[in-house]
Amino acid sequence: MWDYSDKVKEHFFNPKNAGAVVDANATGEVGSISCGDALRLTLKVDDDSEVILEAGFQTFGCGSAIASSSVLTEIIKGMTLDEAMKVTNQDIADHLEGLPPEKMHCSVMGREALHAAIADYRGEEWKDDHEEGALICKCFAIDAVMIEEMVWANKLRTVEDVTNFTKAGGGCASCHEDIEAILEKVLAEKGETFDPTAAPVEAPAKIAAVKAPLTNLQRIKKIEEVLESLRPALMADGGDVELVEVIGNTAYVNMTGACNGCQMAAMTIAGIQQRLMEVMGEFIKVVPATEMAKLVNIGVA
Amino acid sequence: MSDIYLDNNATTKVDPVVVDAMIPYFLEQYGNPSSIHKFADGVARGLKHARQQVQALIGCEHDSEIIFTSCGTESNSTALLSAIKAQPNKKEIITTTVEHPAILSLCEYLEKDGYTIHRMPVDKAGRLNLESYKKLLSDQVAIVSVMWANNETGTIFPVAEMAEMANAAGVMFHTDAVQAVGKIPMMLQDTKIDMLSLSGHKLHAPKGIGVLYLRRGTRYRPLLRGGHQERGRRAGTENSASIVGLGKACELALEFIEYENTKVKAMRDRLERGITEQIPHCFVTGDMYNRLPNTTDIAFEYIEGESILMLLNKAGIAASSGSACTSGSLEPSHVMRAMDIPYTAAHGTIRFSFSRYNTMSEVDEVLKVMPGIVATLRKLSPYWDGNGPVADPEKAFAPTYA
Ligand SMILES: Cc1ncc(COP(=O)(O)O)c(C=O)c1O
Ligand code: FES
Repeated sequence: MWDYSDKVKEHFFNPKNAGAVVDANATGEVGSISCGDALRLTLKVDDDSEVILEAGFQTFGCGSAIASSSVLTEIIKGMTLDEAMKVTNQDIADHLEGLPPEKMHCSVMGREALHAAIADYRGEEWKDDHEEGALICKCFAIDAVMIEEMVWANKLRTVEDVTNFTKAGGGCASCHEDIEAILEKVLAEKGETFDPTAAPVEAPAKIAAVKAPLTNLQRIKKIEEVLESLRPALMADGGDVELVEVIGNTAYVNMTGACNGCQMAAMTIAGIQQRLMEVMGEFIKVVPATEMAKLVNIGVA
Repeated sequence: MSDIYLDNNATTKVDPVVVDAMIPYFLEQYGNPSSIHKFADGVARGLKHARQQVQALIGCEHDSEIIFTSCGTESNSTALLSAIKAQPNKKEIITTTVEHPAILSLCEYLEKDGYTIHRMPVDKAGRLNLESYKKLLSDQVAIVSVMWANNETGTIFPVAEMAEMANAAGVMFHTDAVQAVGKIPMMLQDTKIDMLSLSGHKLHAPKGIGVLYLRRGTRYRPLLRGGHQERGRRAGTENSASIVGLGKACELALEFIEYENTKVKAMRDRLERGITEQIPHCFVTGDMYNRLPNTTDIAFEYIEGESILMLLNKAGIAASSGSACTSGSLEPSHVMRAMDIPYTAAHGTIRFSFSRYNTMSEVDEVLKVMPGIVATLRKLSPYWDGNGPVADPEKAFAPTYA
């Protein structure tokens, strides 16, 4: 069985805050029964201070899903909603003293339930922003959807390209056959054929990763720098991208030309987001500027 | 209470008698069976004897129809690849949706090379439709490969009948009998089965030893070429100690086959009845009336298999699950999906598989803890409310996909 840490076992065998909070005023439900993981998080939030007074979970899932839910409720109790928004899935995994790569999605589910619950409290609609596929690279916990998106977004052609852009395949190398299968599939969809000896795509521009937390100004500059480096590729496809606003960790962009509204827009945005996160070493969410208008309307921005 | 092992379809304990039979082949008769000196002169005899012991268990006509391999997976690969190599003009393979990955992954791979794979579906009880099978048989088919018994549910397929049908259509027939051999009686010489795979570690022999039965006269191409071992049909120096162990294990399996189908079956039945009577919202999967005597696979609704296994493990009980989370994938087992078991149940299936080493008091022990384990997890489940599932569970809790 899995090599679970003692912390995971502790939270699984003696879960904290199991069950629904009785007089909850925020609920987040995420997961999918087909994938075997689903979580309902209920919160009681103090309306004046926005402090989370109570948190409860109900989880259908494996040992680490239950442990992630349990530890999440412990982490967020006593936090304000703004503080809670900053909890990442890595925080959840860290509190559990680590999770096996196959199980990292359990911590992601925890964070998403939290975001969904906070959105519910604030009367916003929460949309999940990522899709998860079969785990391909166990060394770096990278799934098929992520690799496909990167292959599309960056016109990757070889396993080496995929490794340069996503890290997948850069460890033990046992996932190379699966990565080749993805390349074959995506390239076939684009009407190209997979050639393992193709010349490498130019490696992602090496913009030194920044360690200390960024100031807002630094962040905006960095984001602009990265977007600038991506524009030539987009323009080659008849599209373009423009930075409109940065609020916290969210970058609002205008997609123009061929990218705007085309079926590739979502894919491109995911690709841009991925690149931003890699270069900046922090969580960045990329959202079409059209979404910002909606936020203004409900008085968040 | 010492630990209880109910995961015998995954692998079994090596019988101490088998270990005893093997020891001399490590310490004294360790010579290469091809050599001519006293360190080797007993080995050939040991191998010959083992071949006859396997022959007796599966009831084949000649001991030379037994080819020793390294495992069930190798036997399966050898069978399929041999059939397509020997008949290069035939580009179709018939199999089922519920085979072991040892067959399914290979078929997927061959599909990429242009082979057409017919994967026969099963009904909700895991049964095949022989009418549709008949329609698939043609001179385009290189081989039919259908498991004798399913590793998850224990469901037995009518392989003897299916082999007759294939034979009448001039098509080769292979069966993955890894789970069936030693648990149900068989007499291959009375069938039209051309090839059969078995694996030592499922019947109290060591891991890493298997057999491909190859009916005399079946066209064959070896997977491993090299020395003359196994009459040139599987090169590589014989794993003599394990072969001798497998022979002994087959002899014991034959001796215990009645016990398996009476005493072992009685333990399985008691556990199954006890669980389904005591615990609401659970059901047995597979074909209740055509099953291995040692296997029961029970779906516990609204909870997830891995968490059940973790609590069982804490209680000292080993079983296994068709849950996705035990394998690190997102989908529950392909066998549960093939039977169209709803997701709320498919993720919570637990397989209990017995052997002659189990006892009735172990069954009672499991029956004591199982209801509590299920209740504990249901208390955490968003699909469960107090004493029963929430009304219309799939609607009442319909989370956003994340
Ligand atoms: C039906 C079936 N076929 C094949 C195998 C593989 O056998 P081995 O582990 O000897 O390769 C197994 C074992 O898990 C099995 O249950
Ligand atoms: S699994 Fe991808 S490099 Fe190891």
